[in-house]
Amino acid sequence: MLTYIVRRVLYAIPILIGVNLITFALFFIVNTPEDMARMQLGAKRVTPEAIDKWKAERGYDLPLVWNPTEESLYNKATRTIFVQKSVKLFLFDFGYSEDKRDIANEVKSRMWPSLALAIPVFILGLVVCVTFALLMAFFRATYLDFWGVVLCVAMMSISALFYIIGGQYLFSKVWNLVPISGYAGGLDAAKFMILPVLIGVVGGIGGSSRWYRTLFLEEIGKDYVRAARAKGLAESVVMFRHVLRNALIPILTGVVVVIPLLFLGSLLTESFFGIPGLGSYTIDAIQAQDFAVVRSMVFIGSVFYIVGLILTDISYTLVDPRIRFE
Amino acid sequence: MPYLLPSDVLVWLLVAAVAAYGWYCHRYAHLSVPWARVFRSPAAVASAVVLSAYLAIGLLDSLHFRPALPAKPGATEKAYSTEVLSMLDLGLAQLRGRAEKTYSAPLATRSYAKEQVELPGGKQARDFPRLRFGGAQLQDEADWAEDVARRVLAGFAVAALAFAAFAFLIRWLRRRRPEVPWNAALVAVGVLLFLAGPAFALSTHYHMLGTDKVGQDVFYLALKSIRTSLVIGTVTTLVLLPVGIGLGTMAGYFRGWVDDLIQYVYTTLNSIPGVLLIAAAVLMMQVVIERNAEWFSLAAQRADVRLLVLCAILGFTSWTGLARLLRGETLKLSQLEYIQAAHAFGVRDSHILARHILPNVSHIVIIAMVMDFSGLVLAEAVLSYVGVGVDPSTNSFGTMINAARMEMSREPVVWWALATAFTFMLALVLAANLFADAVRDGFDPRVRM
Repeated sequence: MLTYIVRRVLYAIPILIGVNLITFALFFIVNTPEDMARMQLGAKRVTPEAIDKWKAERGYDLPLVWNPTEESLYNKATRTIFVQKSVKLFLFDFGYSEDKRDIANEVKSRMWPSLALAIPVFILGLVVCVTFALLMAFFRATYLDFWGVVLCVAMMSISALFYIIGGQYLFSKVWNLVPISGYAGGLDAAKFMILPVLIGVVGGIGGSSRWYRTLFLEEIGKDYVRAARAKGLAESVVMFRHVLRNALIPILTGVVVVIPLLFLGSLLTESFFGIPGLGSYTIDAIQAQDFAVVRSMVFIGSVFYIVGLILTDISYTLVDPRIRFE
Repeated sequence: MPYLLPSDVLVWLLVAAVAAYGWYCHRYAHLSVPWARVFRSPAAVASAVVLSAYLAIGLLDSLHFRPALPAKPGATEKAYSTEVLSMLDLGLAQLRGRAEKTYSAPLATRSYAKEQVELPGGKQARDFPRLRFGGAQLQDEADWAEDVARRVLAGFAVAALAFAAFAFLIRWLRRRRPEVPWNAALVAVGVLLFLAGPAFALSTHYHMLGTDKVGQDVFYLALKSIRTSLVIGTVTTLVLLPVGIGLGTMAGYFRGWVDDLIQYVYTTLNSIPGVLLIAAAVLMMQVVIERNAEWFSLAAQRADVRLLVLCAILGFTSWTGLARLLRGETLKLSQLEYIQAAHAFGVRDSHILARHILPNVSHIVIIAMVMDFSGLVLAEAVLSYVGVGVDPSTNSFGTMINAARMEMSREPVVWWALATAFTFMLALVLAANLFADAVRDGFDPRVRM
């Protein structure tokens, strides 16, 4: 088991290098730092001096991958944009954003509001969707099931933006139940979090429930379920003891992989509700074209994704004793 | 002067390709049977009707031209406007031209915002001014309800006539193809006609769904947004398919280092959160377009290229799912006897892939294609909100929502632009989802009884 995990972690390294190369190519080769400076400084008629100053301030005045002006071989290789900006990401040294703040610090402090939103959405969403799907599977081939599926498809077809805008309008403006947006630390957060959590859960019901329902139905058709019924078990026992537990295995694959990504928060919900988490940080960075932040978030996101993949594999062995890793 | 935007070329190529595929399917029973099975589902038939209505509008909007400017005296050459219009604009010239100053509610006769108006006695007062076009034909605003009712009834009358014609057509079709649930088609056509009839009857003299911030008719904007959604939903798959099919089947067929390499590429791409990858690529694309502004002679062309590049980016970031499915299926298929027999006969690898593997994974490709469509339409709205979607000058549901969302805090609420965009999008996505479900049921061999 341990050797397996070590091997998986080692396997993650080439992937992270790949991610790093992709972002390096996108951010520095497709566009030179020169273009970035022009974009940031705005007008087309900026002076070359202003561009040079901008680049020097941010350390973009170095050559891309090889610095012939330096003396030693070590400096020739390291005093470059590639090493300073891309390789350093591996050390979780993200540098500074356009407004000269330490990105690592921002990430650390913004992680908590993101988690405060994402964890309740995740847990509640899972419970609600599994329950709903189990109900549909229990009443399979009846009108209840049919209209449940129709409801799921309809809910899937509604834009996430509609849930957010509609929810804000109804709950905050018409009924005045909760503040329309904002965030507070500690217990006060609950008042701001209720609506985003509710919207997050409702928005996810359609797609997940329908998918879980097909997983349940697939299990219900299997022989061991028939055997369980044949020996006289009640339908509810069959559903909970046998079907639910076996169907949880594929559900787990889809679910465990997103757990680390919860840190990144939800892009849309956070920015609509003014929650100072990583999701709104990312959106603000994209809208302000802050490339340093976008680059760091890409890297952090892929690290979390790979952690999720490894966790998925480990959780398999925990829930399904048939799977053993050599 | 007819004018081809780059996306028009792709759209019509796609239409030609679908037509060719349809003709090809028609000739071979094993290809046409799954489609016949799809069209035995009432939901599929009804949603196909809705989708074709959208498609018709989108295609009309894909025939562009540049109107000629009024000839200057003494000029020998005809001058053309820099504005690119489509056949749809021509049909909706009334809607396009009648811009108000700012917001107005659906069917309103007066503006949303107060202004200084001149009273009959020559005095000035702050009041809601009459709209320039919406309900301008009314002498007395008290007649408003009667006028609207009259127009709605007229619209219903026209719709009823058209519906009767369709009913006859469908009766004839029913005799030729009795197995298709034509009633579903009839209901869908009826609903569409009875919505469209009054809509167009009212649109000639009112702003049926109100106007937006700069006074443009919202109904017109929604109709124009349809094309953008369709282009994003279809052209993206055009990019995604060759990459996904090629890499997926190759990974499953050759195995070994090819498989390792392809798996590495798609795990790497997958590990970057989708929105971030798209955002990064779109930001970079914006810089490139900014730098090379001289590539494009017209603003419309530039916006159009941006739309296509967005499709390409979406395609290149979302082929991984299809590739993974195809890899698994190809792994399974290449173990089967008929592939081994082909090997033994010395058939070339490229030939085996094209003739023996590809036709047997085509159902997966078709299912993936229709399933992706609705997701892409929804994604466009979100991306436009984030600021990495289509060009702000392109009409799309995303830009409509983005422009209108701040207005929810106004008093009274400006709800009509948002409601229109969401309704049009919901109808399209719901129809696409229902159709995709039927296609999956029709093509997936596991579902077959």
